[in-house]
Amino acid sequence: MNAPLLDIHGLRHTFPKADGGDLLVLDGIELEVTQGQIVGLLGRTGSGKSTLLRLIAGLAQPSDGSVTYLGQPVLGPAPGIAMVFQGFALFPWLTVLENVQLGLEALGLPEPEIRKRALAAIDLIGLDGYESAYPRELSGGMRQRVGFARALVVHPNILLMDEPFSALDVLTAETLRTDFLELWGDGKLPIKGVILVTHNIEEAVLMCDRILLFSNNPGRIIREIGVDLRQPRNRLDPQFRELVEKIYVAMTARTPNAPTGRQITINTVLPRVSANLFSGLIETLAAEPYRGKADLPVLADELHLEADELFPVAEAMQMFHFAEVEGGDIKLTDTGKQFAELGTDDRKKLFQKQLLAFIPLATHIRRVLQERANHVAPKSRFLDELEDHMSTEDAEHTLRAVTAWGRYAEAFAYDDDTGMFSLENPS
Amino acid sequence: MRVFVPISVGGWVRLFSRWDILAVLLILGLLVFLGEASRHLFEPLADLQRTPPSLDPANLPEYAARTTLRMFIAMALSLLFTFTYATLAAKNKQAERILVPLLDILQSVPILGFISVTVVFFMALAPGRVLGAEFAAIFAIFTSQAWNMAFSFYQSLRTVPTELVEASRCFRLSPWMSFWRVDVPFAMPQLIWNMMMSMSGSWFFVVASEAISVGNTTVTLPGVGSYIALAIEQQNLKAVGWAIGTMLVVILIYDQILFRPLVAWADRFRFEQEPGIVAPRSWVLDILRRSRIVDRVTRPFAVLWRRLLLPRHPDNVEAVRRAPRTRPGWIAFQLGLIVFALTAFALWQALRFFTEGIALADVGTAMLLGLATLIRVVVLIALATVVWVPIGVWVGTRPFAAVVVQPIAQFLAAFPANVLFPIVVSGIVAWQLDPNIWLSPLMILGTQWYILFNVIAGASAIPAELRAVGASFRVRGWLWWRRIALPAVLPYYVTGAITASGGSWNASIVAEVASWGNKHLEAKGLGAYIAQQTDAGDFHRIVLGIAVMSLYVVVINRVFWRPLYHYAERKFRLG
Repeated sequence: MNAPLLDIHGLRHTFPKADGGDLLVLDGIELEVTQGQIVGLLGRTGSGKSTLLRLIAGLAQPSDGSVTYLGQPVLGPAPGIAMVFQGFALFPWLTVLENVQLGLEALGLPEPEIRKRALAAIDLIGLDGYESAYPRELSGGMRQRVGFARALVVHPNILLMDEPFSALDVLTAETLRTDFLELWGDGKLPIKGVILVTHNIEEAVLMCDRILLFSNNPGRIIREIGVDLRQPRNRLDPQFRELVEKIYVAMTARTPNAPTGRQITINTVLPRVSANLFSGLIETLAAEPYRGKADLPVLADELHLEADELFPVAEAMQMFHFAEVEGGDIKLTDTGKQFAELGTDDRKKLFQKQLLAFIPLATHIRRVLQERANHVAPKSRFLDELEDHMSTEDAEHTLRAVTAWGRYAEAFAYDDDTGMFSLENPS
Repeated sequence: MRVFVPISVGGWVRLFSRWDILAVLLILGLLVFLGEASRHLFEPLADLQRTPPSLDPANLPEYAARTTLRMFIAMALSLLFTFTYATLAAKNKQAERILVPLLDILQSVPILGFISVTVVFFMALAPGRVLGAEFAAIFAIFTSQAWNMAFSFYQSLRTVPTELVEASRCFRLSPWMSFWRVDVPFAMPQLIWNMMMSMSGSWFFVVASEAISVGNTTVTLPGVGSYIALAIEQQNLKAVGWAIGTMLVVILIYDQILFRPLVAWADRFRFEQEPGIVAPRSWVLDILRRSRIVDRVTRPFAVLWRRLLLPRHPDNVEAVRRAPRTRPGWIAFQLGLIVFALTAFALWQALRFFTEGIALADVGTAMLLGLATLIRVVVLIALATVVWVPIGVWVGTRPFAAVVVQPIAQFLAAFPANVLFPIVVSGIVAWQLDPNIWLSPLMILGTQWYILFNVIAGASAIPAELRAVGASFRVRGWLWWRRIALPAVLPYYVTGAITASGGSWNASIVAEVASWGNKHLEAKGLGAYIAQQTDAGDFHRIVLGIAVMSLYVVVINRVFWRPLYHYAERKFRLG
């Protein structure tokens, strides 16, 4: 049997948009998973990696291209592919044992075998004694163990994991990762391959044999990085750090699509970053020990931010020309340094200047308001414009982001009760 | 030192625990009740007329049993309707487009209207037998129970969390299995709550449905409802008192034996896993759970049930690999064509029906009378608001008071207010008051409680922190009401007021016309109009009245309540 476990070829996926058009979320995906591998899909929120996982699981069909599992096309949820969910997805009305048994019952196995296999899986994953507990009685870590047991009990060839540790606290997540890797390393798991979706760079380096980096809007595989460190891996190992750094560099590299200050337009999806976070990060960067320049992985570690949380701030700072991001480093511009030294009112003025100079959507809203006789315009006017170019959700987020910035900069006001933008602030 | 015992004492003791004895008694009692109540179904109608209902209180247990049985059969039918209709609406996009608005309209049709229109049909189903009349009564009760249950189930099915749906698909549960293992459990807490509301609501219509009289057809089925009707006819206040007492007992019994255990049992289906909520308890459920005999008897059924849930094809490996079913365009087209044809046919029938027996002037009259009823409803809801909102907030912000008052308010909402009508009517007759004004309060007698207990719930849900902020800034008096209390309870109030308003329209048919012995009182209004036409057996005008009332209710819901509800939910819902 030489066929790879999973083969994805020329995959493209679109979502329908409000105006009837299609929004491209995944493009040109090629992926082959062979036996014995843990493959990581790493990317920012909205890079389509979770969507790809659902296409593999057969929960949806790709718009174009093929997903082949053991030589056969995946046209619906296939036996031999099981999934672990971010939010656990346990049935609160079933006990631990019943939750684990559910997948076996669906297979129509005889009752004694269902029981035997379920108890074995519960035993393997360290849930003995919790068989008759309901999920609400368990801690997050224990709940996700049930999620793992439920997926493993059907003896899948491929285990799909959708950010399985992101809803857990740091220590619990680490314990679960270690336990999983140990079982996997000892060959105790009845699975042949794993696909892990994550936005946590260190988690990817810790667990995966191969890491695929995804770009945003649309999701494309921009880079593949092999990890041949031996398990168990040590986060402090210089080689480990080097890989993390390498991934940061790759993810902050300027690709033609990356929204940098010079290229953003009215229709660029804006990250929702609060002005407070802006100020905080600029101050941190300006002060010791960074003095205007920091290594992103170090900064993330120091501030206890995940890459997924840090990137949007960095991206927004770049849009405002407060900082430059390149090669895994973030560097304050002169404007950024100036911002750090100003008081509250002057900061607002500078923020307004940058906002109106570099965020075309803000400029556009302000111009529309100025042109209108009564200086008001409904939110829907701008939302409709945005929805022609992005998903409804993105449009909503983008408008919220620009509204928050506009309010902070006192560039325009917005009244949520009436849904109206205006130039007037309440006096 | 150990004592040697030749037989297993432990086993002997456990064979019959006191829980077993209680459980067996409970179940036996239920069986006897069912048998007793259903004995008379197949008797000829003539027998019924030979033994007219009597006001002897000794008959009340039997009457109560038969009334309750009707309500439970209707409840079973409502569940069947809920599981099929709502599921179809939630799972099939095409069906949804028709079924949901249809349900919305059905919900606004006055329930007593259903009785007037359908009784002849049901009597014809089993000619000359009691069964036909029973059908009609049960159908009437069904119409007072089914709609909100179906709506709640439909809403639940649409809000099953995506991850749960994905998990059940991922583990390839068959549609049948995922319906019973995922959809129904998820909907269960809401559904049970709605079943309780339905049960309460249907008491109101029991009185009307057991003493059926349309034109010349008059059938009186033995039951609490017809007992009350007879008591009113004979001006027997004592008998009315007996009936009220019986109802109280019946409501108390099924609340304890059926609904409390259900609520306690359904607690595990609650999806939100928030801490700090005290789990509801029920002594009946405790007994059933602890009894070993019940466990042993029910186990085979549980196994059978699980078998039913297993996939039809154990070898479903290949079955799921087939391409997903796509509905070809022409099937959708055909469906559209059928719907269009049905609509056209219905429209034609309606037009013919109306042009035959109804002049434009009739429509005008009905609309004007509707306006009179509308004014009553609006004034009454406003009055009830002014009275109950402050009281509700006062009670809700004092936990000790809420614990006492909340169950009473819920019980009052369950209590059929129409059994109190005779007392009020005899008062109006005695004092010679104007029925146009004094009959009106009857419309809201039973429904005002929804406002009260919803407001109590809202006020007790105000977070302690917010109240502390109010206290620390010394926000008091009118400012406190305006800024804290009223906004916080608004979403709850609106829910209660919608129920109260809908209920009042429904009640107008019995409230605007009331009698006490041979004295008949009438208020001008659409409810009275429908009641009169029912008495006269004028089907055209009955249908006209019902249609106009439905129109009023639908329009008011759409232009007033629904926007208000969304506004309140968006702006004032905490958390």
